[in-house]
Amino acid sequence: MRWLSSATVEHLRRVAEWPDLADTKYRLLEELGRGGMGAVYLADDTVLGRKVALKVVATGVSDPAAAERMLREARIIARLEHPGIVPVHDAGALPDGRVFYAMKRVDGSRLDALAPAMPLAERLRVFQRVCEAVAFAHAHGVIHRDLKPENVMVGAFGEVLVMDWGIARLLESAADDPSARPPGARGTAAGSVMGTLSYMAPEQAAGGVAGAAADVYALGGILYFLLAARPPFEDEAAEARARAGGADAPPRPIREAAAGVPAALEAVVARAMSIAPEARYASAEELSAEVSRYLDGERVLAHRETAVERAGRFFAKYRTAILLVAAYLVVRAAMLWLFPR
Amino acid sequence: MSKPLYGLVLGGILGIFDGLTAWFTPEVRSALLGIVVGSTVKGLVAGVAIGWFSKKVDSLPLGIVFGLGVGLLLAYLVAAMPSETGKHYYFEIMLPGAIVGAIVGYATQKYRTTRTARA
Repeated sequence: MRWLSSATVEHLRRVAEWPDLADTKYRLLEELGRGGMGAVYLADDTVLGRKVALKVVATGVSDPAAAERMLREARIIARLEHPGIVPVHDAGALPDGRVFYAMKRVDGSRLDALAPAMPLAERLRVFQRVCEAVAFAHAHGVIHRDLKPENVMVGAFGEVLVMDWGIARLLESAADDPSARPPGARGTAAGSVMGTLSYMAPEQAAGGVAGAAADVYALGGILYFLLAARPPFEDEAAEARARAGGADAPPRPIREAAAGVPAALEAVVARAMSIAPEARYASAEELSAEVSRYLDGERVLAHRETAVERAGRFFAKYRTAILLVAAYLVVRAAMLWLFPR
Repeated sequence: MSKPLYGLVLGGILGIFDGLTAWFTPEVRSALLGIVVGSTVKGLVAGVAIGWFSKKVDSLPLGIVFGLGVGLLLAYLVAAMPSETGKHYYFEIMLPGAIVGAIVGYATQKYRTTRTARA
C-alpha cells in the first residue's frame, strides 16, 4: 500500500474544508488566505459576473458566537463606505450553515511587501491615505485595533485599502466583552489581548480598552515601518512587551534602526507612539496633517528644528526659485564684469 | 487673482527691477527712464503670456521652459530695436530677460488661485 505524502494530505484537508457553495450565486475558485477565525476564498459571483473575496467561518469553529462575530465584522465594514475601506457586497449563511460575507476582491500587494521599493514621498502619501480611512472609521465610531502594514493593501491602480476589521470595535460598546473575542487570534499574547504586539498601543497590550488613541499609536507604528522597513517592536521586543503587560518602553529609536530618516519624521513617529495616549496626536487626521506639513516643506509641529534645519527646509522648498534668482544675479554681475563700459 | 493677472503684476515688477539694473552701466544711464519703461512693458507682455500658459498647462518644468522662451524672444525683440548709437546689447538684454521669464514661469506655476486651491 502506498501512503499519501504529507503535502497531499494537507491539500486534501484544505479542500475538505472548502465551503459548500452549491445553491449560491458564488463559485469557488481558490483559497486566498486563512486566519484564526476563518478563511478567505476567491469566488466568482455568477450573477454579476465579477470576482469577489469570500470570508467564511472556519469549519473547526463550532462556537455560535464566531458566526455572530463574523456578521458583526461584516456589519462594521458595511457601515464604513469609504474608498480606503474594502466594501462588503453581501453576507449570509452557506448551505453548510457557515456564515460568510462577500467583499471586493482587491488586486494588489500588501504594504509591507511593497513599501521598501517605494520612494519616501510615495510611502508617505500611502500612509496619509491609511490615516484618512482610519479617521473616517473613527468618525463613524469604529476602532480598528489591528492596524499594521500587513493589513493595508495597495491596489494595482494605486488605491489604498485598510483590511481586516475582524477585531474592530464600536466605540459605543463601553468595554470589550472578553467572550466576544475570536479564538486563536494571530499575533496575540496568551490569547487575552487582541491585535499585533509589534504595533499595539501599551494600553491595548495591557488589556485595557483601546480607543482612537490606540489606532493612532498603531499608525505611528506603520509610519515607523515605512521609514525603517521593520516594525517598531520586533519578535523579542514584542514578546517582552507581552510579558510586561503594557508597562512599556518606547520602540528602538528609528534612526538607530535606519540611518537617514529625517529628524522631523522621527519626531512625528515618536509623538504618535507616545506611551501616554494623551501625548499622542489627538486624531488620525492630525497625524496625517503633520505628514502633509512635512511633504509640503513646512515645519512639523512635533519637531523643534535648528536654524540649520530651518534653512535647509527653506532651501529645499524654494530650491528652484532660489536657483533662478541666483542665476539672474550671477548673470547680471557677470555682464557688468565682462562688459564694463 | 487669476494666473494671467498674477503674471502681469509679477512681470511688471521684475521688468522695472530688470530695467533699473541699467543704472550700473554708465553709458546708458542717461536713457534709464526709457529702458525702465521698455523693460516694464516687456515684463507685462511676457507676464500675461506666461500666466496664460500656466493657466492652460499645469507643469512646473514646462512653465519654466515656456517662460524662458518668451523672455528670450521678447528680450531679443527689444535688443534688436534700432538704437541711437547703433549698438545692440543682445547678451546683456537677452540672457537676464530669459531668466526673468523663467522666474515668472516658475512663480505662475506655483501660484494657486482661489479657484484652483478649492478644487
